[in-house]
Amino acid sequence: MADLKSEFLGIRSPNPFWLASAPPTDKAYNVNRAFEAGWGGVVWKTLGEDPPIVNVNGPRYSALHSNERRVIGFNNIELITDRPLKTNLDEIRQIKRDWPDRAVVASVMLPMNEAVWKKIVPMIEDTGADAFELNFGCPHGMSERGMGAAVGQVPEYIQMATEWCKQAATVPVIVKLTPNVTNIVPPAKAAQAGGADAVSLINTINSIMRVDYDTLTMFPTTDGMGTHGGYCGEAVKPIALNMVAEIARNKDTRGLPISGIGGITDWRDAVDFLALGASNVQVCTAAMVYGFKIIDDLTDGLSMFLDDKGMRSVAELVGKAVPSVTDWQYLNLNHVSKAVIDQDLCIKCGRCHIVCEDTSHQAITHTVNGQRRFEVIDDECVGCNLCVSVCPVDNCITMQPMTDGIDARTGKAISRTKANWTTHPNNPMRKAD
Amino acid sequence: MAKPEFTADIRAGRLDKADIDNNFSDLHPPLSRAEALIAADRCYFCYDAPCTTACPTGIDIPGFIQKIRSDNIRGSAQTILRENIMGGMCARVCPTEILCEDACVRHTHEDKPVDIGLLQRYATDPIFENNTKLFERAQRSGRRVAVVGAGPAGLSCAHRLAMLGHDVVIYNRNSKPGGLNEYGIAAYKTVDNFAQREVDYILSIGGIEVRNNVALGADVTLAELRDQYDAVFLGIGLGAVNDLGISGADIVGVENAIDYIAALRQAADKGTLPVARRVLVVGGGMTAIDVAVQSKRLGAEQVLIAYRRGPKEMGASEFEQQLAQTNNVSILHWMTPVAVSKQDGTISVALARTRLGSDGRLTITDDVQTLQVDMVFKAIGQKLVDDGLQGVALQGGRIVVDDNFATALGRVWAGGDCVVGGEDLTVSAVQHGKVAAIAIDRSLRSG
Ligand SMILES: Cc1cc2nc3c(=O)[nH]c(=O)nc-3n(C[C@H](O)[C@H](O)[C@H](O)COP(=O)(O)OP(=O)(O)OC[C@H]3O[C@@H](n4cnc5c(N)ncnc54)[C@H](O)[C@@H]3O)c2cc1C
Ligand SMILES: Cc1cc2nc3c(=O)[nH]c(=O)nc-3n(C[C@H](O)[C@H](O)[C@H](O)COP(=O)(O)O)c2cc1C
Ligand code: SF4
Ligand code: SF4
Ligand code: SF4
Repeated sequence: MADLKSEFLGIRSPNPFWLASAPPTDKAYNVNRAFEAGWGGVVWKTLGEDPPIVNVNGPRYSALHSNERRVIGFNNIELITDRPLKTNLDEIRQIKRDWPDRAVVASVMLPMNEAVWKKIVPMIEDTGADAFELNFGCPHGMSERGMGAAVGQVPEYIQMATEWCKQAATVPVIVKLTPNVTNIVPPAKAAQAGGADAVSLINTINSIMRVDYDTLTMFPTTDGMGTHGGYCGEAVKPIALNMVAEIARNKDTRGLPISGIGGITDWRDAVDFLALGASNVQVCTAAMVYGFKIIDDLTDGLSMFLDDKGMRSVAELVGKAVPSVTDWQYLNLNHVSKAVIDQDLCIKCGRCHIVCEDTSHQAITHTVNGQRRFEVIDDECVGCNLCVSVCPVDNCITMQPMTDGIDARTGKAISRTKANWTTHPNNPMRKAD
Repeated sequence: MAKPEFTADIRAGRLDKADIDNNFSDLHPPLSRAEALIAADRCYFCYDAPCTTACPTGIDIPGFIQKIRSDNIRGSAQTILRENIMGGMCARVCPTEILCEDACVRHTHEDKPVDIGLLQRYATDPIFENNTKLFERAQRSGRRVAVVGAGPAGLSCAHRLAMLGHDVVIYNRNSKPGGLNEYGIAAYKTVDNFAQREVDYILSIGGIEVRNNVALGADVTLAELRDQYDAVFLGIGLGAVNDLGISGADIVGVENAIDYIAALRQAADKGTLPVARRVLVVGGGMTAIDVAVQSKRLGAEQVLIAYRRGPKEMGASEFEQQLAQTNNVSILHWMTPVAVSKQDGTISVALARTRLGSDGRLTITDDVQTLQVDMVFKAIGQKLVDDGLQGVALQGGRIVVDDNFATALGRVWAGGDCVVGGEDLTVSAVQHGKVAAIAIDRSLRSG
């Protein structure tokens, strides 16, 4: 069996799965249960200055459900820890003593005041915590007070606060980034410039779940009024993956260790993050939705996957897919794929036909020789992958690359030479070949 | 002479009330909202959906299921009832396993179709419970149409005609409207007086007057109706029962299955209905299964069905055959009665083995065994009563109609079980009535 042992910034844990800073890591009781279940580490629920913040006494969470009420997306308006700093520090110290083989990282959020950082950071480090994670991501409540995302959205602030923390700490410092920015690279660069040892991402995304169809107020509310919250869970994974890949492939930030977060629910999600450049992963919503037991599938699923790939450690997987990510302008415009329908698998639902007919390229039949039959018309197919995306039968429609012959749609011969937009005749800014 | 082993044993109250209530409760209990959402989620929202094609009334099935998913139940019910005003009854009685659900692509995918029938019931039940108005009548046309028969065909035709603005009078031989929905369908398929609640809903559109206990032929003639109305629709079903055509078939204890079923459906307390200890049913259709299963559920000890051909030839669907089996009804295939006699109350039925001859025709062999029972039910099909149908062309004992359900007689349309091509299905009768109404409307507006 592949070895799942993980080392992130020198911090060892029996597997690369940490619980993200959030309710699952709010106190010793939960963390003990998580470690008993097998989690590799925790990032403690974000600590702040005393007096502790207060939370609303009504709904903090809401969910986007499938019809089977599977939670697809999750929203929260919870703030950082609402317990006194000392209580948290005592518990962290005890936990680290009881679970020496697990990673225990302290998440912190402090005001933009150097003196505060210099005072509190050493107090936290004294617990024996393995590292700091700076919460520059919380998009609600804390940001109104100039912290969380309010810091994470201004690269200069990120750099400044990171520097303060680095000066006060001897253990590694991870900067947790907010996705509520148009480009994730500048905040990552700022963290790097401030001396961060790693970045973790993503925190939650600004969101309103829906309205209440009876009262026509936003939903949920606290006594009739609501506020935007932070969105997470399965639905945010693609957004998080892009941000992780952007940092992993940028020439300046490449090599900066990444802890991947956002929507991880089963082991395949972890593979996505790891292959796109994260060195370990953190989970919040999936644990909040299913409990700690999901760690069993996360760990043995990943381990069996590594075995199947002939990889002996997680490290071998990290970053494997990064070289395949590029800018649009470098995609090979000479490549041609066509959809191909496996008639033996086709159940004749007709969805491929209607979506291609109504919204795409009119490239799938519904009747052939008087029979209900769905076939791709190569003359029209642009290879957009819409039919593949909607077909309810796995692998029934596949995109097959053409390696030679003529593309029936364009009448042009398939070329094996690559050519992209940078040299395309339609590009006014093209470079000479 | 030796005493017979058994003497006739036919009596009421074989089971106590709780057992009877349980035995005649909903065969397929309705879906809860949670179940319905999961079932609805399984629908792929097919293009040109095969299930819709397979539904005789052409209900937009993916359309109504999509509306269940979005909690638009009223919209869903409207999608159903627009095509099939008896969508509530059909949800209960359609043999979906040979109709929409047989065609469902998920059947191909994983051998388990979407629960279309149950979803249809989920969407329509609240409409009947709350009497929600979904349809308006068009501007009054001033035209009047006579509908003969208040079964599914007649009621469907009347409702569509009323919707299109015409006034309708229904002449119905029975004392209650509903046709076989009221008198024929198995009790556990339509509990809680649903048949009458559905009729009430259909009539609530307005413009339809029902005259019960009036029979075409005996009480009113077709000529009179053609005189008094702008058009006539015949939905009289099949009023008579086929005969066994063997000696002894007229003895007491050899009964018509549909008469017994009608009595069962009309009984205020099913426990008062006499039922035999040993029952033999002759036939292979839905009626045979229904009378057999219901006898069993009333407390009959031994119920056998004798059918002269094999399982594949049975009119009853595979599901219905299984229903018989799970109710401990045995089906004897390739058996037909050749003589019936009665002694000391016990009925002896001589059953001969049949087989297919080399010419493909059914032959009765000499291999005969005798069975002793207390009651025999004839369920070998119904036939048209042609009293009062003068001038209407018949073929093979049924009314001849064209694609629009017009008969050979001017301004007279017909549909349901009574026409050539009638399929003995509620849903088909509803479709006939609907198509005829649209044709009648067209003819009234052009004429
Ligand atoms: C026992 C049994 C079980 C069945 N189970 C099912 C089932 O589970 N699913 C299914 O889809 N189908 C089932 N069917 C078939 C279904 O009931 C019929 O196909 C359907 O009712 C036909 O409708 P109809 O309107 O043509 O005729 P009917 O329902 O027979 O209605 C005829 C109406 O016309 C009236 N009438 C008759 N003669 C005259 C006259 N001379 N003058 C005035 N009125 C007259 C009658 O009073 C009656 O109201 C079953 C049938 C039987 C007998
Ligand atoms: C209820 C809740 C509270 C959270 N609180 C914090 C927090 O205090 N500090 C923090 O850094 N992130 C917090 N997060 C963000 C998570 O740590 C994580 O970054 C985010 O939810 C994305 O991961 P997921 O999709 O696995 O949940 C919180 C998330 C949730 C759902
Ligand atoms: S790939 Fe796109 S264009 Fe081609 S058949 Fe599929 S949907 Fe149509
Ligand atoms: S979507 Fe898939 S299963 Fe449905 S018709 Fe197209 S190829 Fe067949
Ligand atoms: S065939 Fe089945 S899956 Fe397709 S629309 Fe009909 S019910 Fe839905």
